Amino acid sequence: MNRRIVTATVLNQSGVLNRVTGLFTKRHFNIESITVGHTETEGISKMTFVVNVEDDRQIEQLLKQLNKQIDVLKVSDITNQAIVARELALIKVLATGQTRAEISGIVEPFRALIIDMSRDTLTVQVTGDAEKIEAIIELLRPYGIKELARTGITAFTRGFQKSVTDLKQYTLLK
Amino acid sequence: MKVKVKAEPEEQRLTGAETLIHALKQEKVEVVFGYPGGAVLPIYDALYRNPIRHVLARHEQGAIHAAEGYARVSGKPGVVLATSGPGATNLVTGITDAMMDSLPLVIFTGQVASGVIGTDAFQEADVTGITMPITKHNYQVRDLKDLPRIVKEAFHIASNGRPGPVLVDIPKDVSATATEVNFGGKVHLPGFQPTRNPNVLQIKKLNEAIESAKKPVILAGAGILHAKASEQLRAVAESKNIPVVHTLLGLGGFPADHPLFLGMGGMHGCYAANMALYECDLLVNIGARFDDRLTGNLKTFAPDAVVAHIDVDPAEIGKNVETQIPIVGDAKAALQKLADEQGSSSMCEEWLVHLRQYQQEYPYWHKELEDVISPQKLITEIHSLTGGDAIVTTDVGQHQMWAAQYYTFNDPHKWVTSGGLGTMGFGFPAAIGAQIAEPDKRVVSIVGDGGFQMTSEELILLRELDLPVKIVIVNNGTLGMVRQWQESFYEQRYSHSVFNLQPDFVKLADSYGVRGFKVSTIEEAKALLSEVLNDDEPALIDCRVCAAENVYPMVAPGTGLHEMIGVKP
Repeated sequence: MNRRIVTATVLNQSGVLNRVTGLFTKRHFNIESITVGHTETEGISKMTFVVNVEDDRQIEQLLKQLNKQIDVLKVSDITNQAIVARELALIKVLATGQTRAEISGIVEPFRALIIDMSRDTLTVQVTGDAEKIEAIIELLRPYGIKELARTGITAFTRGFQKSVTDLKQYTLLK
Repeated sequence: MKVKVKAEPEEQRLTGAETLIHALKQEKVEVVFGYPGGAVLPIYDALYRNPIRHVLARHEQGAIHAAEGYARVSGKPGVVLATSGPGATNLVTGITDAMMDSLPLVIFTGQVASGVIGTDAFQEADVTGITMPITKHNYQVRDLKDLPRIVKEAFHIASNGRPGPVLVDIPKDVSATATEVNFGGKVHLPGFQPTRNPNVLQIKKLNEAIESAKKPVILAGAGILHAKASEQLRAVAESKNIPVVHTLLGLGGFPADHPLFLGMGGMHGCYAANMALYECDLLVNIGARFDDRLTGNLKTFAPDAVVAHIDVDPAEIGKNVETQIPIVGDAKAALQKLADEQGSSSMCEEWLVHLRQYQQEYPYWHKELEDVISPQKLITEIHSLTGGDAIVTTDVGQHQMWAAQYYTFNDPHKWVTSGGLGTMGFGFPAAIGAQIAEPDKRVVSIVGDGGFQMTSEELILLRELDLPVKIVIVNNGTLGMVRQWQESFYEQRYSHSVFNLQPDFVKLADSYGVRGFKVSTIEEAKALLSEVLNDDEPALIDCRVCAAENVYPMVAPGTGLHEMIGVKP
């Protein structure tokens, strides 16, 4: 299985999310996460998918099928480009008097925040790439995670791209 | 019809229904295939006051298959109008059929009023949701002011790039209320910019591949017909000396009597065509989508070939078969550019001789039957009696394969069949649409006794509209293809594939005011058909054919094109 990060710029028409996820179901593509939100342009949204594909042919099909949708303006597989990819997670972890300080000690090097506190829990907000999120979850797990919510990755390419990359371009599309 | 002399102001105060009719006239729609109901009452009222030709089918499925037949033969978008809920859901098979076979349709469905959408109101169904995966695109009109633009876009999307069905869902309040509407808008679809003109470098690459190939073959699909590229195909095949294989849906794109034509490929294609696909060293696919019924087992498909694929839909390239020379573009434009390139495949004389041997050695064959009609012979007779010049429509199954094998076409746009979806009940209503598109041409609907019973209610239209369609029922009293598979692959357990009781098709036709005939021998059939096929009245001919006859040759499921069975008597 090959994990790919794909972004799509779409017209913000009603049903566009349904259209895109329906396409994934119809063609048996496996989505790991999906995020959607507005962009700098009114009426245009950006979707970021993390998908697991079997081979290059499958990701090529996925990009082409997405591109075929009338409401989809642009599709890119940015996995191999220089990108900024971030995810946010909220983690509610059990915290007694003794463990509270320990947990704060974990939170700090991750530049995470404690955003809520009750008598026996702490809620941690952490932002970063998927690996960082995984790492803090694993560190907090022994204390007892009561609730966990992740947004999924949102991403775009960096302002500066190194000139030589192994990025695959599907030039058939234009 | 009133003809307005004055230039119309761009902005007018109209109801949604009036707007729709006006927009349809702007699109030069000649005929609407439809069925009224509650949610489209305002639209039918506007149609009453400002008519466009409307064909009242007796079932929405009949309406949409007729629209498909119309679209296939005329190349223009077929227009369908149906009500909400059951009206719309009855269209689902036809929409999917059009999607699979790339037919341009624009479908308008009524919807319950905006205020009650989502409340499970009377005759409400989530039609945009249901049809999202089976349309090229769909819309629900939320604001009447958007309607003129949406109609324009719908026709544009349906008929540009790879054609397909587009559905527009119109809530009843939108069609009933009036506002100032503007028809001046232009189509602006940044997400729909199909590539028409192929990349010149890729064409050069293909030409080089042709020059160096020893065993080239062209596989031509329905893309040739959509692009109206028959002449260009012929020019390229002749100038570069390349043999041509057609897919089921491509038939007619290249003349069947041309020395370079090998026949149809695929599951029931001819041996020479399939062996050409198997043995070739260069496979040039033009407007075909490498369907599984064409390729057989992909692992052994064209194992030694460099594959070139010309398609207007980039997603088809590389989908099933790895492609070394991808060319995105319109088939006509690509073939024209290819014809302009000098050079031909001069080394392939030996290959052509080899393939001709296959053709002579392994032609289509069938048993000579004495007491009952041989279905293959029946089709051959229809072919000769119509001079091979009729528009032929079929359902799916044995009769379809026999028609494809024995009714050979020299001209495009005469073959109307349900390929991708394989829809029973398609052929007869499609013939109605085809006859409406081409009133002066002979239309013969070759159908099975099973499929015909699925849409036989449309018989009344032949009488009502005086359409001289000839229905030939290839009646074997069974679901022939199912029976054949049960015989070959399920040890002759004929589970529910044999009809115990059949209607009297002659009386059925009679009750609709259509002449009905029954024939049981080939002499009877010949005598009757020679009269009936040449008069201008509708007719139904119930032809009792041999029930045990099977379609051969065959690529059995899971096997490769080179492993055909039943290639010889």
